Amino acid sequence: MKKTSVSGWVKSGEPWVWLNAGAVAISVIMVVGLLLLIAVRGLGHFWPADIVEGRYALPGNESYKIVAEQVESVDVPSAQLIEAGIEVDESITVMQRTLMKVGNRDVYGADFRWVIDNYMEEVTRPEMLFAAERREWGNMYGYLLAVKENGNIVASTEDKAPTDSSLATWATLQERIERALAIHEEIYQVEKHDIGKINYGLERLRLQQRGYVLENQLTPERMADLESERAVFDEEYKVLQQKLIDLYTQINRDTILVEAMDGTIIEQSVAKIVRAYLPNSMSVLDKLGFYGSKLWEFLSDEPREANTEGGVFPAIFGTVMMVLLMTVLVTPFGVVAAVYLREYATQGVLTRVIRIAVNNLAGVPSIVYGVFGLGFFIYFMGSSIDQAFFPEALPSPTFGTGGLMWASITLALLTVPVVIVATEEGLSRIPRNVREGSLALGATKAETLWRVVLPMASPAIMTGVILAVARAAGEVAPLMLVGVVKLAPSLPLDGNYPFIHLDQKFMHLGFHIYDVGFQSPNVEAARPLVYATALLLVIVIALLNFSAVTIRNHLREKYKSLEM
Amino acid sequence: MSKLTDRNIPELDFNTPALLRHRKVRALKDRSATVGIAIGGCSVILAVLLICFYLLYEVMPLFSGAEVDKRAAYDLPAKEQGASLYLTTEEQTEVGMRVSESGNIIFFSTADGSVIEQVENPIDAKVTAFAVESDTSFLLGFGYEDGRVLLAKHKYIISYPDGNRQIRPVVEYPYGTDGISAGDFAIRKLALRDSEDKLTIASLGDSKSAITKLDKEVNFITEEVELTETTQALPFVPNTAEMLVSGDQRYLYVASVQGSLTEFDLRDYDDINLKAQFELTKGDAQVVSMTYLLGQSSIMVADTSGRVSQWFNVRNADNEEILTFIRDVKQPVSIENIAMEHRRKGFATLDDRGVIAIYNATSERQVINERLSDETAHLIAFSPRANALLIEDSSGIQVYHVDNEHPEVSWSSLWNQVWYEGYQEPTYTWQSSAANNDFEPKYSLMPLAFGTLKAAFYAMLMAVPLAICGAIYTAYFMAPKLRRKVKPVIELMEALPTVILGFLAGLFFAPFLEENLAAAFSILIILPVGILAFAYIWSRLPAQIRWLLPEGWQPLILIPVVVLLGWFCVAMSPVIELNFFDGNIRSWVTNDLGITFDQRNALVVGFAMGFAVIPTIFSITEDAIFSVPKALTQGSLALGATYWQTMVRVVLPTASPGIFSAVMIGMGRAVGETMIVLMATGNTPIMDFNIFEGMRTLAANLAVEVPESEVDSSHYRILFLAAFVLFIFTFVVNTIAETVRQHLRKKYGSL
Repeated sequence: MKKTSVSGWVKSGEPWVWLNAGAVAISVIMVVGLLLLIAVRGLGHFWPADIVEGRYALPGNESYKIVAEQVESVDVPSAQLIEAGIEVDESITVMQRTLMKVGNRDVYGADFRWVIDNYMEEVTRPEMLFAAERREWGNMYGYLLAVKENGNIVASTEDKAPTDSSLATWATLQERIERALAIHEEIYQVEKHDIGKINYGLERLRLQQRGYVLENQLTPERMADLESERAVFDEEYKVLQQKLIDLYTQINRDTILVEAMDGTIIEQSVAKIVRAYLPNSMSVLDKLGFYGSKLWEFLSDEPREANTEGGVFPAIFGTVMMVLLMTVLVTPFGVVAAVYLREYATQGVLTRVIRIAVNNLAGVPSIVYGVFGLGFFIYFMGSSIDQAFFPEALPSPTFGTGGLMWASITLALLTVPVVIVATEEGLSRIPRNVREGSLALGATKAETLWRVVLPMASPAIMTGVILAVARAAGEVAPLMLVGVVKLAPSLPLDGNYPFIHLDQKFMHLGFHIYDVGFQSPNVEAARPLVYATALLLVIVIALLNFSAVTIRNHLREKYKSLEM
Repeated sequence: MSKLTDRNIPELDFNTPALLRHRKVRALKDRSATVGIAIGGCSVILAVLLICFYLLYEVMPLFSGAEVDKRAAYDLPAKEQGASLYLTTEEQTEVGMRVSESGNIIFFSTADGSVIEQVENPIDAKVTAFAVESDTSFLLGFGYEDGRVLLAKHKYIISYPDGNRQIRPVVEYPYGTDGISAGDFAIRKLALRDSEDKLTIASLGDSKSAITKLDKEVNFITEEVELTETTQALPFVPNTAEMLVSGDQRYLYVASVQGSLTEFDLRDYDDINLKAQFELTKGDAQVVSMTYLLGQSSIMVADTSGRVSQWFNVRNADNEEILTFIRDVKQPVSIENIAMEHRRKGFATLDDRGVIAIYNATSERQVINERLSDETAHLIAFSPRANALLIEDSSGIQVYHVDNEHPEVSWSSLWNQVWYEGYQEPTYTWQSSAANNDFEPKYSLMPLAFGTLKAAFYAMLMAVPLAICGAIYTAYFMAPKLRRKVKPVIELMEALPTVILGFLAGLFFAPFLEENLAAAFSILIILPVGILAFAYIWSRLPAQIRWLLPEGWQPLILIPVVVLLGWFCVAMSPVIELNFFDGNIRSWVTNDLGITFDQRNALVVGFAMGFAVIPTIFSITEDAIFSVPKALTQGSLALGATYWQTMVRVVLPTASPGIFSAVMIGMGRAVGETMIVLMATGNTPIMDFNIFEGMRTLAANLAVEVPESEVDSSHYRILFLAAFVLFIFTFVVNTIAETVRQHLRKKYGSL
């Protein structure tokens, strides 16, 4: 092949082909890059970061000590720094700025600080610097000085290096944390389950009484019954309350003394510590173990500190519940509608119009479905249901407000076109002669449908349902109107009758991302958690999509011989 | 043969009772399945179509006019006291109140006109003037022939003895029953304005006029209000029709019968000066009435030509307040009386024929125009909730129930510029709620529709070239093996929840872009040029190297190139900033270009939403190009055209309807996308095409405002209208796209 000139090369159209290839490359890079970004940021969150100690001084300012985790670094042109009033050496054009997580929000007011790397000096990673995750005020960083029990020092150290005394104090702290965690678990059980049950019972009694009043059937006997039941609950409550008081005194027994980065000594209650660790002295294996436990906490625990710490279990649970309910609704209805359109309705202009309409409904913005759900289901149907079946609870709405049921129905409506379209496509692929064969053998139309057509269409139905589920799992906008909340007090499934609480509001992974990322008071601290949640959601949806493809291929294989 | 069969196969009886039964059951099952599926299928389809009708059902009341129906009519209560000077009712429209010419306050039942209580005027002098502070403050003023002014307040005490509501009217005199001396002349006209810290009374006699100010000061020890009175003479304006003290008690407006308005500046009592003079009426029309609309910002002037004009203060370039004509409405004959709604910017006019017209000032909408009385009607009044209208004529009082839910909405107020109170000019504004009660709601859908299209435009700007170019390559040039790998990747892109894209756009990409603004624009040039340069160099490489890359695998080798170029742009960003923009491109944009810069701007939205739209456009376009019959391309190639010529001259024109429908569907998706816009913009409803500023789209607005809007209020219904607009827009766009696509499919099905 002879070498071409530039103009010949341009004439051949090659440049355009390359540009188009470039578009593909860019698209692929964007997708992969985005997934990598979420994965790296999301998974990196659980890895225990080293804590650095150093002296930081801007030119002309006094230096001070900084103890912090490094979060991220960016390059900034010096000109911007000069504009911000920082003296910069003329010769340097670009400087690196690092975001440091200094923690101890109760002392310093903010978790984060920007520092310019060039002015950090004497950076070390002392082994005894510890980090503690707390139930309030975010992380704590510092040196452990002493452990106190009822105000008396039981272990103390003055060393900031791993000596016997400092390690012993550390070990004492770990023991105390274990103990406090056990008590905390017990308190949680009492508050959430036992007292929750009593409150639920009392509320039920109140509604019962109100119901009697409304129907004018509140006889003295009934009143007495109610009162006696109430007395039982009150009695139980008193016992539990006493137990709680005891538990609280026990849990508040221990405190620790911590030296923070500026030398102040903070007294911290052990009850508020979730875990404490020495990241700088952890081996890779330790870190892996720590990583595993953090990951497990993320998946199985409830959120803490306005959703910025802890886990996302209620959100996972809510998402799954909602999607399951939606699937139960959308599958039969979608399939029936498709079967009707394809097998029973007379094919003509009307069916064609309906087909196009249904097809297009899949393209209607999801928020419109949300508005419809709120207006029609909640305000119109919900309040009618309330008036008919739950008059005793009024004016507080039961179904007249957003909840699990309305969210599922709204999403079912949103995804039903997907199922209809997919099922119809599956039905249209089935050759005519298969149906005719079945009919010729004497089967009725219903039998043909049930025994021959639907099994053959099942791959398509399955695909439709899974695509619907994948879409529903990622949809947030309509849910914001019909029942998702940032923090649900309890799961929609629990041990109290009737076990599934369809009227309850619930948490959702997608909404959790929006809420924590944008409505949270401490966005910076919450950001890693949002990445982790996003990763979880992406994984769930990618798995659903892949399983849709796999199931479709598998079932297609199975019925391949028939598709002649 | 047949004998053999006969012998071997026993006689089959298909009509045994068991089989008959079985067949019957089967037939029954079949029929019930048919019916069940028909019902189920139809109901699902209906349920889905219900959305459209429900949205419409919620929107309809916005555009239906008002209705009135007569509830009661009776003789004037306490008729002997003379006709009414003022008429109103309390909140529940159970108790009516009228002020008679004699100065008595008469409370009566609105249902039958029976007098509940009559409060005699405590001052024994002839009432010569009467004024109302405002309908909402319940404060009334009486002027007497001896120059005194009495202030009275009507109040309603509600109690529930035995569970039934009882309303007891009372009259209070907040400034005592002796009256305030406002002048030494018989008062003919009166105007008053009361506030927390002062009371202003303007009074006008036959040849003199005066202004009285009572400063209120709370004594810290006794906690009693101490009053300091100042009275000052005013220049006399002859033929005065009406006087008004402005809401902030800074200005006094005096309108003469001939329609000239004199404005006095009251800020300095020692030096009350004439501020300006205006002509209120056109031609020789005479002023009938001049009153404030709710909020004491707009002055409504009714005249004998039937014209009602609205005026309010507008700040000019020198920050001076100038009373400006805003808009007017017209009845064919002279206006007799005008009544203001207590809670909305609405008013009703009564003309000489007894025709009542109800208007809303903001929307310039006439919701009703009906002859309810005769020529003798002289006074109309609204109940506080504006759900009842009282008319007084020679036969007494008529009470009408008014059903007027959404007067503030009209086609023009939704889509045209509206001059709102306190604004310098007519604008498109969306501002649905505010803290105070007399707020003028601003329901212009234009900024939202504009924001929607702006967001969609920038998204399409990013998505269309990438998606179509990518699809062209994937469908036509790419090796089949690679194609099977690339397609699922792009489809995965489609499955990504938009909340994740929005979150990344808002929290990662927006700050990143702000830091590397130079990179964002340099990449637009460097990337294509770099790819072309690489391609040219590649074509000059020895064949042995070129042959390492099979035909149709170019993207693979371009991936590292693109990554490198991208990295290069980001790395060069600070250098570019330093050398061309004095080190800070952001301040260069704001200061040198004079463009506002938001961190979450249209560029970010364009990128993120473009990302969401690419897969939609990509897969449909790819489909369209791939389904172009091979015979066409092979024919072209056989005639000697290059691959690219075949692409441009044969394949693209053939597939163009498909590409068009892909773009349409992508656009539909961009228009309705909620989460990305919600998270990646500042959600400010502005009308500016600037790429560095945010916007608020219809969809994001729904997500923000629907949960907190009051059910069935105008705001709620307008939000439903927004949803309906979105619905119809995407539905129409998708239908066009779908029809085009089906047409295309049919056309090439035969080839």
